[in-house]
Amino acid sequence: MNNLNFISPEIFISLSIMFLLILGVFKKNSSNLIHNLSIGLLLITGILILNNPLDEKITLFEGSYIIDYLSSFMKILTILGGAFALSISTKYLKLSKIFLIEYPILILCSILGMIVMISSNDLMVFYVGLELQSLALYVLASFNRDQLKSSESGLKYFVLSALSSGLLLYGCSLIYGFSGSTNFVIIGEKMTSTHYGLTFGIVFILVGLAFKISAVPFHMWAPDVYEGSPTSVTLFFSIVPKVAALTVFIRFLYVPFVNLIDQWQPIIIFLSIASMIFGAVAAIGQNNLKRLVAYSSIGHIGYALAGLSVGTNEGIQSSVVYISIYLIMNLGLFSCLLMMKRNDQYFETIDDLSGLSKNHPVLSLSLLVILFSLAGIPPLAGFFAKFYIFKSVIEQSMYFLAIVGLLSTVIAAFYYLRIIKVIYFDEEKEKYDTDHSIWLKISLTSSTLLILLYFIFPSKLVEIVSRINII
Amino acid sequence: MNFPILSSLILLPTIGALFLLFSKDKNSNTGKYVALFTSFVNFLISIYLWYLFDPTTSSFQFIEDREWLKGFINYKVGIDGISILFIILTTLITPLCIISVNNTIKDRLRDFLIAILVMESLMIGVFCSLDLVVFYLFFEAGLIPMFLIIGIWGGARRVYSAFKFFLYTLLGSVLMLVAIISIYWTAGTTDIIQLYELGIDTEYQNLLWLAFFSSFAVKTPMWPVHTWLPDAHVEAPTAGSVLLAAILLKMAGYGFIRFSLGLFPVASELFTPLVYSLSLIAIIYASLVALMQEDMKKLIAYSSVAHMGFVTLGIFTITQQGIEGSIIQMISHGLVSAALFLCVGVVYDRMHSRLIKTYGGLVTIMPKYSILFMLFTLAALGLPGTSGFIGEFLILMGAFKDNFLIAVIASFGVIFGAAYMLWLYRRVVFGNLMNKDLLKIPDLNNSEKFILWCLAIPVLFFGFYPEPLINTIEVSVKDLIEMYSFNLNMEMTEAKK
Repeated sequence: MNNLNFISPEIFISLSIMFLLILGVFKKNSSNLIHNLSIGLLLITGILILNNPLDEKITLFEGSYIIDYLSSFMKILTILGGAFALSISTKYLKLSKIFLIEYPILILCSILGMIVMISSNDLMVFYVGLELQSLALYVLASFNRDQLKSSESGLKYFVLSALSSGLLLYGCSLIYGFSGSTNFVIIGEKMTSTHYGLTFGIVFILVGLAFKISAVPFHMWAPDVYEGSPTSVTLFFSIVPKVAALTVFIRFLYVPFVNLIDQWQPIIIFLSIASMIFGAVAAIGQNNLKRLVAYSSIGHIGYALAGLSVGTNEGIQSSVVYISIYLIMNLGLFSCLLMMKRNDQYFETIDDLSGLSKNHPVLSLSLLVILFSLAGIPPLAGFFAKFYIFKSVIEQSMYFLAIVGLLSTVIAAFYYLRIIKVIYFDEEKEKYDTDHSIWLKISLTSSTLLILLYFIFPSKLVEIVSRINII
Repeated sequence: MNFPILSSLILLPTIGALFLLFSKDKNSNTGKYVALFTSFVNFLISIYLWYLFDPTTSSFQFIEDREWLKGFINYKVGIDGISILFIILTTLITPLCIISVNNTIKDRLRDFLIAILVMESLMIGVFCSLDLVVFYLFFEAGLIPMFLIIGIWGGARRVYSAFKFFLYTLLGSVLMLVAIISIYWTAGTTDIIQLYELGIDTEYQNLLWLAFFSSFAVKTPMWPVHTWLPDAHVEAPTAGSVLLAAILLKMAGYGFIRFSLGLFPVASELFTPLVYSLSLIAIIYASLVALMQEDMKKLIAYSSVAHMGFVTLGIFTITQQGIEGSIIQMISHGLVSAALFLCVGVVYDRMHSRLIKTYGGLVTIMPKYSILFMLFTLAALGLPGTSGFIGEFLILMGAFKDNFLIAVIASFGVIFGAAYMLWLYRRVVFGNLMNKDLLKIPDLNNSEKFILWCLAIPVLFFGFYPEPLINTIEVSVKDLIEMYSFNLNMEMTEAKK
């Protein structure tokens, strides 16, 4: 009974999903109500998570489920990301004629899956969580089913993601075979000798996870899916699942296989370097903003992985800081994207931003701040995110990784500058509508201010994150 | 001194910028007065700071130390004799820039003023930060407003120039960031005062020096990474060129003195020949290229490269005269190049051409302009009686002390400098009046006269009486050199053991 107390957030969110589903079926035209209710229920779940003891490490169900500071922090991040993603996309959904009851329910389902993933301490639990979130995401990607591109992206995502799940499952079975358990802690205890079978298992699981966070060379699905999905779903894609997958990365690498760091460190470094370089170079030629965000998110995941590859608590913390700041920046960027509408039609190419600064000075100033922050220029938050990463990387004398990473920020700066150039230096076009919802405005201003003023209190976030101790 | 005078110097322009940001009208003059007022108050504060400054000690003064990144980096600012002059230069040039926009910037005046004010904050921050990370923050953040200044208000090829400026500088600086973080891990702090005392292990110095050098060399700019400068100068609006030439380039010279010499004496000794050769190439090559320019702004830009070559040469002679000369040369070049760009701006506003061949015979139409232009031309080529002479003379003196051959070659640069500046002046001001359009243009108006005289007075004053400048920097430079040779000897003897 005691155990159930600790997973009250998970229970609550499952019950909410069922309740909303029933409500939606029996009450006609209730999409607005369900949308708002789901945001409220998400926030209540967040409060329930905070209600758990934060600093203790609690393992439940014979060690297969874990609640610690890392999991609580990442769950809060996931829920906030999800709540913001839901609240700012109302108008977009209405105008795209996909304002249906299934949308918030699917989002809640995938968030439930992510929460389970974040807390999992067992290969089986982790896999169940992963599949729950992925299945909901497949449907979300093709949610605008009348549109060819959206259906295509859903299918593409499904096929590739199912493949990666297969690899992952195969890796799990190998590890189970060689260690005799699926529990992370027990696997860790059995790791006395390195066997090739285990290394294979680790590699397969890493490949599967790399698929989920779209790290190079397993990124191929990301640009197409990001471009094809409805913008509100792309927003969800680009931030929330990454948080959960990164947590699993941390737990998987640092709980059972921390002693095998020699085996997996080169893989993570490779993934990191490849993602940073590819993300920077491939984004240069893009004209569609959503596609560009896909490549930029590949690059950013590279930096987060660089922090993970270090093998210290500081490295893990820097990755968590990075992903938190990245979440804020992307939220701001997508708020801008959702503001680019004229006569009920949304625009999403870089050329559509042309001369924005003359017609919409506030919007373009926010974009300026967000883009320079994404490029990692001081004194904005994005710089500090990178600074912490490289601080922990250089501590372990991994100079090659640091130099490659910083040089790729210079390449990446080019395409961010290109967007700024279009906004500020080019000729103006027609004005966009300004009748945005209050939530959109709130999320844009708050994310911009957070990014801009981060340098005044740069230690706050780090202090919160520094309570994460995995090793 | 409890009042945070340096922080208020840094913050005041930003507060002015915020005020402008929330003002309603975009192009009216009120914004200009607000900007002018803030920057002028800042100038007065900096003069007061000079008055309070104690030149008899080389230790840092007006230090403020606040916890910032908890546990490892503090927000620490303070000044010594070397940095105070640069701060005053910054606060002097900024209001003049703001006055000069009267004639040049028509579009989005408010945004332009905001960019200039933010720029001022960041530049002052660079010169007074006493922590490597804080320094880096100010150093890099300056890219954002400058990118916008060139890109929004620049000339025809502004996009290319803005990108080139941004990416060159960023590329140089990221290596410096790696170096700063590794200094933190090897020495345990990024506080400059502590680092001066602790010293940095000899084995790391060479690589760290190169990483810092990559950033400063791009910013100086040294040959062969100077190519962004002519582009940026030509395309930037007049006020942007002035800021760029007068202050941004000085950040690198300041960085060389403060960091390369102060932190890495062994490496500096080792790489002196490299800096010498690059400086000499810059002096000779840039002077020759300047001779061939048809665009006035480009000519002055190349002359900046040559002058900064003198500066780096003087710094790395590591003699009292050489370093003092370099600092005075930087101050003088800050005033003179700013004035020259403004002079070009004056005729550009009237004729909308920067080509030398458009002009000729201006002396009959614009006598006042010709006098002032003459003064700054002579100052640029280092005529005795102008501040340019003091700087170049001291640098060459330091160079002769160190290496005879280097000094002789560098002296050729002075001759070339005289050649291209006088030839420019002859072609623009003297000669026959060929272009009939020139007849219509008026002489200097009041604000232009005011700006140019504001620059001319210190050029002449310090030319005849450089005592205040030398007094201010003397002790700091002396102690810097003492610390340098002390550390060098100590580490040399350690290496021998």
